[in-house]
Amino acid sequence: MNGLDRMAAVAATEFRLALRNRWVLLSTLVFTLFALALAFLGSGPSGALKADALTLTAASLSTLTVYLVPLMALLVSYDSIAGEIERGTLALVLATPVKRGELVLAKFCGHLAVLTLAIAVGYGIAGLVIAVVHGANPAGLVAWGRLVATAVLLGAVFVALGMLLSSLPRQTGTAAAMAIGAWLVLVVLYDLALLGAVIVDQGGVFTKTIFPALVLANPGDAFRLYNLALIESNAPIAGLDGLAHTLPFPVSSALVVLALWLFAGLAGAWALTRRIRP
Amino acid sequence: MSDAILSVEDLTIRFGAVTAVDGVSLAVAPSERVALLGHNGAGKSTLFKTVLGFLTPTGGRIDVAGSTPGSDAARRAVSYLPEQVVFPKALTGAEVLTYFARLKGVSPEAALPLLDTVGIAAAAHRAVGTYSKGMRQRLGLAQALIGSPRLLLLDEPTSGLDPVSRREFYEVLEASARAGTAVLLSSHSLSEIENRIDRIAIMARGALRAEGSLAELSRRAGLPIRIRVEAAAGRADAVHARLGGERVNGRSVVLTCRADEKVGALGRLADLGADVVDVDIALPDLDDVYRHYSAATDEGAAR
Ligand SMILES: Nc1ncnc2c1ncn2[C@@H]1O[C@H](COP(=O)(O)OP(=O)(O)OP(=O)(O)O)[C@@H](O)[C@H]1O
Ligand SMILES: [Mg+2]
Repeated sequence: MNGLDRMAAVAATEFRLALRNRWVLLSTLVFTLFALALAFLGSGPSGALKADALTLTAASLSTLTVYLVPLMALLVSYDSIAGEIERGTLALVLATPVKRGELVLAKFCGHLAVLTLAIAVGYGIAGLVIAVVHGANPAGLVAWGRLVATAVLLGAVFVALGMLLSSLPRQTGTAAAMAIGAWLVLVVLYDLALLGAVIVDQGGVFTKTIFPALVLANPGDAFRLYNLALIESNAPIAGLDGLAHTLPFPVSSALVVLALWLFAGLAGAWALTRRIRP
Repeated sequence: MSDAILSVEDLTIRFGAVTAVDGVSLAVAPSERVALLGHNGAGKSTLFKTVLGFLTPTGGRIDVAGSTPGSDAARRAVSYLPEQVVFPKALTGAEVLTYFARLKGVSPEAALPLLDTVGIAAAAHRAVGTYSKGMRQRLGLAQALIGSPRLLLLDEPTSGLDPVSRREFYEVLEASARAGTAVLLSSHSLSEIENRIDRIAIMARGALRAEGSLAELSRRAGLPIRIRVEAAAGRADAVHARLGGERVNGRSVVLTCRADEKVGALGRLADLGADVVDVDIALPDLDDVYRHYSAATDEGAAR
């Protein structure tokens, strides 16, 4: 009981801090604006496709989400342990009866609450506007809901990874650099490297067997494949996303991958914080 | 000492080649206030962190409230104020206190009056970012007092406080010590803790150099007492001839003697009758005492 109250105190404080320093507002705005921009600018739905606006935007937004959500998740969490070491509050906190595992899990919950609120409100507003302007069908609403739910799961993975990185160095500056590095590698470079390999391989063994597994192993790609595979659409999808309809695994395996990443991230963060001498 | 809330025995802590704490033994009993003094890098903070269970001793043992450092029971018994702590600027003082109360399993209602105890109740609902350094330090103390801990570990709690704040700070400590809390605090100044602390332990280069009450330490240091005698007009030479010592400016003679010779010297002064106009006794300065034990250190290290 005490442990739960301690965790509630930690999570509530993290959330309150994010509210006070405008993080909640800022991230909600970012998600709203990007989702709306995607829906109404550039290659927005036209003519006969209008009824499918939600579905189509969900498909394109899933690609943007792969960049945006991990970035926001890392930004909200990179400071959480290293920052407390730097400011001296970790020594204070760890002198109280709170356990390190409780601290990690509670901070994770606090950060994830911030991110969930931002995603739900941001994408919610955008979805509402699209539905009002273009109309909506059940399939579109389902696709949108799935997008929001899996975006939160993707966010959870990267909040956990951000906390893991935050438990490594003693300075927030280093933690920030590592978070940006992790984002670049996992979200940008990983896909580029795989695409490069596929081009070099020219349809060989790598492309047929290892490549799909490697794509699915990446949390961002797993998220995107899951959403695209479940969207009934004949809109052309290119690059890695072509895999969405030819994946040699059941679609749900993407969720398993995300869950594994989440678990590994939290376990890693916990293991690392146990070694910290505040 | 079996009734001690904190007992440290032959504690040694090494960081690679650096021996930060070197065979220190120390005990603190309930209601006792002990000050840990020592130069920068003497090992005070390291000792605190080991008592909290953050560092593992290389040798020796520590017992906190009958448990090992860092254990559940030990954490419940101990409160800590680190040397440098920056509370989240966006939170108010009351929110910071509520947060730590909940971490310690104490009801926030019971903790919030502590803001009044340390004198910052008026700023309770202001962001910590607007606090002066002294106010932040007071908030730190309030945080440490939550739940009436059995042992208070305060690492340089008065650095940066003005003299009035310092006095109030020690008054708060005295009140909690009277209620049974054992206090171990570190400091750099002996004069600051005069009359406010029961016992002093002086550390240098990781080792404990001296321990005892201030009076004991002064006596053991055996530093000379200076007695300045002002003679009546034209009688300085006569006084000097009778007492010895040193002639300074026209009318004064300065004697130096050990503490146990003081009474004898004053007796001889009394015999001089009207030749003596005024007497001024200067006991060894507290900083002299502190320096004495530090100097002993340097010899010890050279040997
Ligand atoms: N994590 C560490 N790694 C290596 N050396 C350390 C570490 N922590 C402390 N030391 C060393 O141990 C010694 C004691 O440091 P400590 O911080 O305990 O001193 P202190 O008495 O608190 O000094 P101050 O009055 O300056 O606060 C110093 O020589 C310091 O450099
Ligand atoms: Mg120190």
